[in-house]
Amino acid sequence: MTRQITYAEAINEALDEILRDDESVFLLGEDIGHYGGVFKVTKGLYDKFGGDRVIDTPISESGFIGLGIGAAMTGLKPVIEIMWIDFTLVAIDQILNQAAKFSYMSGGQSKVPLVIRTQGGGGRGNGAQHSQSLEGLFAQFPGVKVVCPSTPYDVKGLLKSSVAENCPVIFIEHKMLYNTKGEVPEEDYSIPLGKADIKRKGSDVTIVSLSRMVQFSLNAAKELEKEGIDAEIIDLRSLAPLDIETVIESVKRTNRIVVVHEAHTTFGWGAEIVSRVQQDAFDYLDGPIIRVGAEDVPIPYNLELEKEVLPQVKDIVKAVKEALYIEVK
Amino acid sequence: MFNLEVSDPAKLLFSKDDSLRILEQLITIRKFEEKSIELYKSGLMGGSLHGYIGQEAVAVGVCSQLNKDDYLTVTYRSRGQAIAKGASIEKLFAEMMGKVDGYCKGKGGPMHITDLEIGFLGANGIVGAGIPIATGAAFSAKKKGTSQVSVTFFGDGATNQGVFHEALNLASIWKLPVVFVCENNLYSEMSPIADMVPNEHLAERALAYHIPAVIVDGNDVEAVCKVAQEAIERARNNGGPTFIEAKTYRQQGHMFGDAETYRTKEEVNEWKKKDPIQLFTNKQIELGYITDELVEQLSHEIELKVEKAYQFALNSEQPNYDEIFTDVF
Ligand SMILES: Cc1ncc(C[n+]2csc(CCOP(=O)(O)OP(=O)(O)O)c2C)c(N)n1
Ligand SMILES: [Mg+2]
Repeated sequence: MTRQITYAEAINEALDEILRDDESVFLLGEDIGHYGGVFKVTKGLYDKFGGDRVIDTPISESGFIGLGIGAAMTGLKPVIEIMWIDFTLVAIDQILNQAAKFSYMSGGQSKVPLVIRTQGGGGRGNGAQHSQSLEGLFAQFPGVKVVCPSTPYDVKGLLKSSVAENCPVIFIEHKMLYNTKGEVPEEDYSIPLGKADIKRKGSDVTIVSLSRMVQFSLNAAKELEKEGIDAEIIDLRSLAPLDIETVIESVKRTNRIVVVHEAHTTFGWGAEIVSRVQQDAFDYLDGPIIRVGAEDVPIPYNLELEKEVLPQVKDIVKAVKEALYIEVK
Repeated sequence: MFNLEVSDPAKLLFSKDDSLRILEQLITIRKFEEKSIELYKSGLMGGSLHGYIGQEAVAVGVCSQLNKDDYLTVTYRSRGQAIAKGASIEKLFAEMMGKVDGYCKGKGGPMHITDLEIGFLGANGIVGAGIPIATGAAFSAKKKGTSQVSVTFFGDGATNQGVFHEALNLASIWKLPVVFVCENNLYSEMSPIADMVPNEHLAERALAYHIPAVIVDGNDVEAVCKVAQEAIERARNNGGPTFIEAKTYRQQGHMFGDAETYRTKEEVNEWKKKDPIQLFTNKQIELGYITDELVEQLSHEIELKVEKAYQFALNSEQPNYDEIFTDVF
């Protein structure tokens, strides 16, 4: 049985089931208890599981992520909410110098099964310190997995798998997706990390993206269809692990590729995809690989300016045409 | 506001046998540290060597009061605590030499010694970073209802890190079974702590978080045992955290090769007169429990043990190149 629920509801359900099924799981974060989270993602969980499992913290991101690491190393499974991904930068030592490295530095003795749930991206006029797309930053560090779900179905299934991992997972939700609806089965399911999903089959061009840009790419595909261009949309779902095989396989069929992300273009993770594709599928390429990303400026507050800075459907359409030599730069 | 806790010069705190065992531990650390200098000079280890000579009474005093399953996080200056908690000196030397028989298979090094078997959750190369992690282990113990206690060792300089303050506050509001042990050796790297903190006593900082704090002569091993015992008991009995400031001194540079231009020879010599091992040895001799000959014999036996461990490490193999890719997650 499936029904339509929102992305936020899907996360809430996943958390509910995880808390129900695993005694060692607890949630930690700012205003996630009584209040249910500023995006209402943890709504109702405090009442259901109590203040010992759904714990409000002081505004001490480094402190409580560090605490989560210590708890994870000693047998518990913390799922920490960092209200805005921008605030992970305050706690970056604990995430990247500590959590990401303990297993390796200890020769495999220490494991840190910790999930950091957070939300990123722009589109709401939240300004430069509340609109960033930092997935590529985390993906640069061996030792953490980085998950960026795009639909209610994916967000639930991927969160369940993330909590089952025995390592730190940065689970990046998108603020503009919380109210989007989609089909989610009532039955229990999970989605393994590191498997890209082809959200639309196509034969003329491969568009690679994740998170909110998947929907934008699907919308672009609709526009392109009107012009007789058949785009394949690959949702990477996670950057680490990276399912490059699915991308390569697709490019070998379409011979054209566009990479779309909301992160800044320069040094963005799109460049990694480009590099891998030219290396592994060079002979299959019939055109330049085009990247679509945010302009290289802090995200402006004004909604119109913000729109201009972030990738839009029209930018993806244009990029595809460039990749097909229909439009020349 | 504070009294400096010292032991009773007229009598031993523990039985004759237990006192001798404590002396044995102190000497073991000293001999290990002396051998480590030889190791470093021989070019057999990488990085820097942060010595512990002069501070041994803090590690032994605290760790002698802990159970095997109590938790510990420490710093780069921490082979002393490891030995006091029951670590194998063979594996310590092997790790320092980067060998496969080392604690971390040669992948961690002296700054990242970990031994989960004895609750040694990891040494840390980032000043202050272990403090919230130990607080998290205490959180685990409390949540699981075990009577384990978590202890974190750090320097005077670490009390200027944000996570120190965040962790103290978390431990206090959640009444966690953690003991904060600040080894005030008067310097943070090459800077006198007096220039970096307005407080005369660092213990004052704990009072701001409503954490009971004591100041102890860190070169008086019995006094450290006593305050540690009280703190650990408080933690075990659900009485929450304690802060211990141990006033001590590192007799050598911050790391091997430190030019030590920031302090005078006279100052160092004054502190050498208060050498923790000498003080405790003299006390036992004066009270008639042991003799010079016995101490000499004990030292000799320990030296042989340390030499044997060193030889073991020398003969250990280099890690296989395959190890590069294991334990990342
Ligand atoms: C975050 C961070 N900043 C700086 C350093 C470099 N550093 C290593 S040890 C040290 C001094 C720390 O002093 P203290 O906490 O008093 O400990 P001690 O070395 O005296 O034992 C510094 C600045 C570091 N390792 N980590
Ligand atoms: Mg110091």
